[in-house]
Amino acid sequence: MSDVQEQTAPEKILIRDLAFYYGSTKALSGVTMEILANRITAVIGPSGCGKSTLIKTINRIAEVSGDVRVEGDVRLDGRSIFARDVDLVDLRRRVGMVFQKPNPFPKSVYDNVAFGPRLHGIAKRSALDETVERALVQAALWKEVKDRLQQSAMELSGGQQQRLCIARVLAVDPEVILMDEPCSALDPTGTARIEETIQDLSSDYTIVIVTHNMQQAARVSHRTAFLLEGRLIEYDETERIFTNPSVPTTEDYITGRFG
Amino acid sequence: MSSAVRRRLDRLATVLLGLVAFSILGIVLGILGDIFLKGRRTVTWEFLTQIPLDGMTRGGVFPAIFGTVCIVVLMIMMALPLGVLAAIYMVEYAGQGRIARVIRAAVNNLAGVPSIVFGLFGLGFFVLFVGRNLDRVTGRDLLFGQPAMLWAAATLAVLVLPVVIVSTAEALMAVPRSLREAAFALGATRWQVVRGVVLPQAWSGILTGAILSVSRGAGETAPILFTGCAYYLPRLPVVRLTVPLLGIQVPMVNPLDQFMELSYHIFIMATQSHNTMLTRPIQYGTTLVLVGLTFTLNLVAILARRRLSRRVVKA
Repeated sequence: MSDVQEQTAPEKILIRDLAFYYGSTKALSGVTMEILANRITAVIGPSGCGKSTLIKTINRIAEVSGDVRVEGDVRLDGRSIFARDVDLVDLRRRVGMVFQKPNPFPKSVYDNVAFGPRLHGIAKRSALDETVERALVQAALWKEVKDRLQQSAMELSGGQQQRLCIARVLAVDPEVILMDEPCSALDPTGTARIEETIQDLSSDYTIVIVTHNMQQAARVSHRTAFLLEGRLIEYDETERIFTNPSVPTTEDYITGRFG
Repeated sequence: MSSAVRRRLDRLATVLLGLVAFSILGIVLGILGDIFLKGRRTVTWEFLTQIPLDGMTRGGVFPAIFGTVCIVVLMIMMALPLGVLAAIYMVEYAGQGRIARVIRAAVNNLAGVPSIVFGLFGLGFFVLFVGRNLDRVTGRDLLFGQPAMLWAAATLAVLVLPVVIVSTAEALMAVPRSLREAAFALGATRWQVVRGVVLPQAWSGILTGAILSVSRGAGETAPILFTGCAYYLPRLPVVRLTVPLLGIQVPMVNPLDQFMELSYHIFIMATQSHNTMLTRPIQYGTTLVLVGLTFTLNLVAILARRRLSRRVVKA
C-alpha cells in the first residue's frame, strides 16, 4: 500500500512522550509517534498492551472512566488537545470514534445518524435528511437501509450496525476517525465490508485503527505501530513492518511467537 | 454419609424450603382473603360515594378516597422530580468520589428512618417552620402555618424519596456504558448524554420507582398524622376558583385544606371510634378500598410502564 506519496503526506497528529495511568496502573509510557493525514494507521499488539488506551487518548474519551492521569502531549494540527481552552465537544466532533462492539442507540436508523448533527445544533429537516443520506452512502449502508430509515437500528445485522456507527461518526464531519477493533464482533463477510469502507474513506479522512488481527493491519493500513506493554516498539510503513521489521520483538510477534 | 442418607436429607431440604416459600404465599392469601370476605359486603356503590354519617358509624368513605388520591398525586409530583434529579446527579455527575459516597449514605439513612419521625419532622419543619414563616412574610394571620394537604404530601414525599432515588439510580446504571461512550465520542455534553441517551432508556425503570413509592405513600399513616389529615371532614378539600374575565367558577383541590385519608380513617375507626364493634364492617370495608386503590394505582402504573418500555424498544 505504501508508495512515493507516503513521505509527502502532512502530519495530522503528533503524540509526544505520552504516558497514561488508570489509578496507579501505568497503561502507556513514553509513546511518541506522528500520524499522517489521509492515511490509515494501524495499531497492533497483544491484549492489554495499551492500544485501545492510546487511541482513546486522542479524543480524550479515556478520561470519562474517572480516575486517570495523562502525561506528555498530543497535538492535533499542531495544537495540544490538552490545552486549557480546548473544547471537548469540538475535539470530539473533529475526532470521531467507532467502538469495538457495534453500539447503535436504541433509536431508529435515521435518529442514530442524525444524533450527532442534532447535538451540534442542526435542526432543519432538509439539512438533516441530506446529512443522513450522505453519511449512510459514505458508510456503504444507504442501499440496504434507505427504505427502512424509521426502523429500529437494533434490527440491523451486526455488520450493518457497525457501518451505521461509522455513518453516525461521518455525519458530524470529523477529520480523524478512530476505530477500536471495529471488526472483532463481526463475521468474515461483515469484516470484509467494513475493511472496504475504511479504505474508501481514507482519501478524505485520517484513520487510526486498532486491531488484534495482523492480517487486517497488513491488508488495510499504510502504516503500522506495534505496541507492547504500553511502549511503542516499532512504527513504520506497514509493508516494512510485515516484511522486514527492524526490531526482533516485532518479528517475534508478527510471526506468532507470542501474543 | 451414605448416598441414601444424603438423598433423604436433600428431599427433606426441598420439602422444608418449599413449605417456607408456600407459607409466605399463604400469609398473603390469608390477609387478602380475610379482608375481601369480611369487607366485600360493606363495599357498595353508596359506601364509595357517600360521606360518613351518624358519628361515622354509617355512610361511606368518599372523602377519604378523594383525600388519598389527592395526596398521593401531590406527593409523587414532588418526590419524582426531586428524586430523579438527585439520582441523575449521583449516577451521572458525582461519579465514585467522596461526595457521591456521602450522598449515597444519606439516602440509605433516610430510608431507615421510622415513619413517625417523618411525621414529627413534617410538623416541625413544614407546618411550624416553613408554614408559619410564610405567614409572617406574607403578613397573614394563619394560612400556611397549619396542618394541610400540602404539608402532608411534602412529608410523604420526603419519606418516599429514597425509594425513588434508589430505583432511578438502578435504572440509570443499567444503561450500557457503551451507549454513553458513543454519545460522548460524538461530542455530546454530559447533559446531552443524559437527556438523549440515558433517560429514554431508563424511563421504565424510573416508573417502577414511582409505582413502589405510590404504594408506600398511600399506605402510610404516621407521616400525615400531625401534618394534615382530619378525623372527620364532611366537605371535600375543594375550593371554587373564579376564572378571570370569563367569570366561570372552577372547582380545584385546595392543598391548604385538611383532608380525610383511608389509612388514617381505618386507624381512627379501630381505635378512636366510640363504638369500635359497631364500626368493624366499616373498618374492613375501608381496608378493602385502600388495598383496592393501591392495587389499581399500581396496575395503572405497570400498564403505563409496559407501554413506555415497548415504545423504547421499538423507537
